[in-house]
Amino acid sequence: MTAQPLGASAPLLTLRGVGKVFFGNSVLRGIDLDVRPGEVHALVGENGAGKSTLMKIIAGVHQPDAGTMELDGAPVTFASPLAAQAAGVSTVFQEFNLLPERTVAENVYLGREPRRFGIVDARRMARDTDALLADLGLHGLASWMRVGSLSVAEQQVVEIVKAVSYDARIISMDEPTAALADQEVELLYALVHQLRARGVAILYVSHRLKEIFDLCDTITVLKDGDFVLTTATADITPDRLVRTMVGREFAGYYPDKDPGTVPGAVKLALAGAGNTQVDGIDLEVRAGEIVALAGLQGSGRTEIAHGVFGVAPFTRGTVLLDGEPVTVSSAREAVRLGLALVTEDRKAEGLALEQSISANARLVLDAVTPGSSDRRAQAIPGILSSLDLVSRSKDAEVQYLSGGNQQKVVLAKWLVTEPSVIVLDEPTRGIDVGAKRAVYDLMRTLTARGVAILLISSELPEVVAMADRILVMRDGRLAGELPAGSDEETIMALATGAGDGSEHVEVDLSALADLPRDAALPGDAAPPGDAAAPTRSAHSDTLQEEK
Amino acid sequence: MSTAVSTASRSTGSTTSGPRRRRLGSTGIVYLALVGILVVSAGLVAAQGGNFFSQGNLFYLLSQTSLLGFVAIGQTFVILCKSLDLSVGYVVAWSSLVAATTMAGDPSRIWLGVLAALAVAAGVGLVNGLVISKLRVNSFIATLGVGLIIKGYLDTQYKGPSGEVPQAFQGFGYTRIGPVPISVVVLAVVMVLAVVLLTRTRPGYHMFAVGGNIDVARLSGIRTDRSIILAHVVCSLCAGVAGLLIAARFGTGNALVYTYGYDLNSIAAVVLGGTLLMGGRGSILGTVAGVLILASLDTVFNVLDVSPFFKDVLRGAIIIAAVAMYARRQIDPASSRARFRALGQSVRPGSRSGPADPAAPARENPSAPTTGTEATR
Repeated sequence: MTAQPLGASAPLLTLRGVGKVFFGNSVLRGIDLDVRPGEVHALVGENGAGKSTLMKIIAGVHQPDAGTMELDGAPVTFASPLAAQAAGVSTVFQEFNLLPERTVAENVYLGREPRRFGIVDARRMARDTDALLADLGLHGLASWMRVGSLSVAEQQVVEIVKAVSYDARIISMDEPTAALADQEVELLYALVHQLRARGVAILYVSHRLKEIFDLCDTITVLKDGDFVLTTATADITPDRLVRTMVGREFAGYYPDKDPGTVPGAVKLALAGAGNTQVDGIDLEVRAGEIVALAGLQGSGRTEIAHGVFGVAPFTRGTVLLDGEPVTVSSAREAVRLGLALVTEDRKAEGLALEQSISANARLVLDAVTPGSSDRRAQAIPGILSSLDLVSRSKDAEVQYLSGGNQQKVVLAKWLVTEPSVIVLDEPTRGIDVGAKRAVYDLMRTLTARGVAILLISSELPEVVAMADRILVMRDGRLAGELPAGSDEETIMALATGAGDGSEHVEVDLSALADLPRDAALPGDAAPPGDAAAPTRSAHSDTLQEEK
Repeated sequence: MSTAVSTASRSTGSTTSGPRRRRLGSTGIVYLALVGILVVSAGLVAAQGGNFFSQGNLFYLLSQTSLLGFVAIGQTFVILCKSLDLSVGYVVAWSSLVAATTMAGDPSRIWLGVLAALAVAAGVGLVNGLVISKLRVNSFIATLGVGLIIKGYLDTQYKGPSGEVPQAFQGFGYTRIGPVPISVVVLAVVMVLAVVLLTRTRPGYHMFAVGGNIDVARLSGIRTDRSIILAHVVCSLCAGVAGLLIAARFGTGNALVYTYGYDLNSIAAVVLGGTLLMGGRGSILGTVAGVLILASLDTVFNVLDVSPFFKDVLRGAIIIAAVAMYARRQIDPASSRARFRALGQSVRPGSRSGPADPAAPARENPSAPTTGTEATR
């Protein structure tokens, strides 16, 4: 590992003061970045720190609203990903830009197939692709293979090969190992070393500290859309890096727990639950208790919610509700059993956007308990006003409401079913401070009434302030349990695998030096379309603009 | 070179050769099904003391094939691009009329008639393509609308058969070499041209990309609008050829040809031939097999004197069964992201490796040493 000293060679790509605003929401401010040839440059930060947005600016997907970008010392603007690619800047996104039904060669040469006498020269295409694969030491891949039949890691490699075939001088990779199993990561490592030896600059976005310290020469940290620091990897310790990533002012608008609320009997219990996305999940949520599920995006938190709620049921282990084993194989059964799930993506999964507030609030009642829905729906106006929903009338279409008010409609829809266990998946994402406060107050009220709450959240301050217990997920498994009031660094260390996986991790430098290989294990297979920063801003309260 | 590499990968990861093996493609399956249907048909006809492969039956089968064949080959291009053309029936009718009225019984005007008919057809395709790609109207609605406009025009302009096709051109409809109609020879030529266009030229490659994922295509610098427009022009041109054939057979142009159901039948043939209705995968050869299957069914039902109602029931059932079978063979994208093994079932049911494949569990269990990477390393 030869850490390249800063300023050793002239930077290939230089960003100064780059900023980006989405719908009046500033998601990036004053980002400086220098990428040098033959350098692996890590871009790190929490979910929503702005890494994805920055990558997309460099890739030409977004155009910066402020600042300058220079390639080889000359100012550039990339109007499109194609323009960036032509200039030698390629990006490998998490959602692959590949055609699964076509072969490796057809994908690599897509849009610029070599021709002879007007006919595509398929043999040359195959030959060149095979040569490129051999050159990069990829002997298991061949040009004729259908991309859809390859593993995720191999598809990733095809993406990178495609970038190399464009003679890319800068390749940015967005969480390239997110979907890879441990041994597949080796393949990527080897490829990255190959590329670096060729003088290609690599911009590497990852959550996994081990990879960053293994692979990268330089680290740039972003936090909440701001540039924090750039440092040579040799000059920073893992625990300092974690602290730099998460450290922030405590917001302090979380309602305190009512001392009268004490956890009661176990409402929901999972024992050894698992399916294709999560494994060996043991957890208990008691009446009146808030249990938080923390972890990186794609670590399997939402999958647990989906398993409990019967959307993608568990195929192993048992689910106990009030001590009784239950099998929940559909959302309908889950509702009947007194479960509620406030989904992560409220526009796609939580609301019928073109329908009225009252229609949305009645949705679950009408669907699951049509016989009594009229009677039970009488509670809706009361619930909505207790949530301080602001709207012209109950007949307004929900698409015209702000994000916060939309979320209140979703909450009302579930509260009216009087659930005994509520799973909240990112309940405060993209909503304003006032609405957040309303959600927190509601959580306290519900627990006081004996409801069990499973809170899934990427906002660490929220997790720390609201939860009675914190379960941390990593790569589809529980990485450990932390008590209320644990600090953000500890959670982050557990979620990223910076510690050794034991409970109550101290972020310890020496432990990290000889980290066992499986500490940075498989993948936080982030769901496709995972772009923390843009999602956040897109869910802002300026709904009309988005349509 | 490519063979050398493929053998190498097979030998390095012998246990993973299962997933690496080229599967029997959809086209292969369609041809197997075609052979099966022919065998069963021959058996059924023989049981009644007839000969399914008699000259008369074969001629009937092949003439059925050629008409629908032209339309379905064109439709393949469009469906590959994730589009659809419901106006083909009206294009067939219109071009038959244009050809017959232009020729007006004068042998010297044959070529003029052919050109005029094809020009009209290509024009319709251009309009379809422009409306879909530039106005961004859903292809279903766009071509339905264009089709209705043509229908209205035909119904008001042509009452009953019009024009006259000279004897010389009628040969296109009736001449045959042995049991093979000359139209089938023309169909074969069109088929070869279509295969070359689709699998050997850039526009063809780009159609696969546009249908597979239009964003990927665009990000790779493909002018996606052009691909869509070209597909529609080719589709309408093929329908135009079918119109010429109709004119040659009837000796006149006829607006009522649009009631023959070429639109939906051609889509059925394309889908039966293994082309994904969602675009991105398919082949001309598959479509031709699909047409042959439909024509064989038609022929055997005819010979066996099956009631027309039951005919349609069987046809419908076969199409649904075929598509259901293709759907089962699809790769579920979510399963490739599976991290753990689901209990009691393979993570990738049927898509890459059978349960007998010893590499299957290793691949899906991240902590176990895997042979899969050996092949990739």
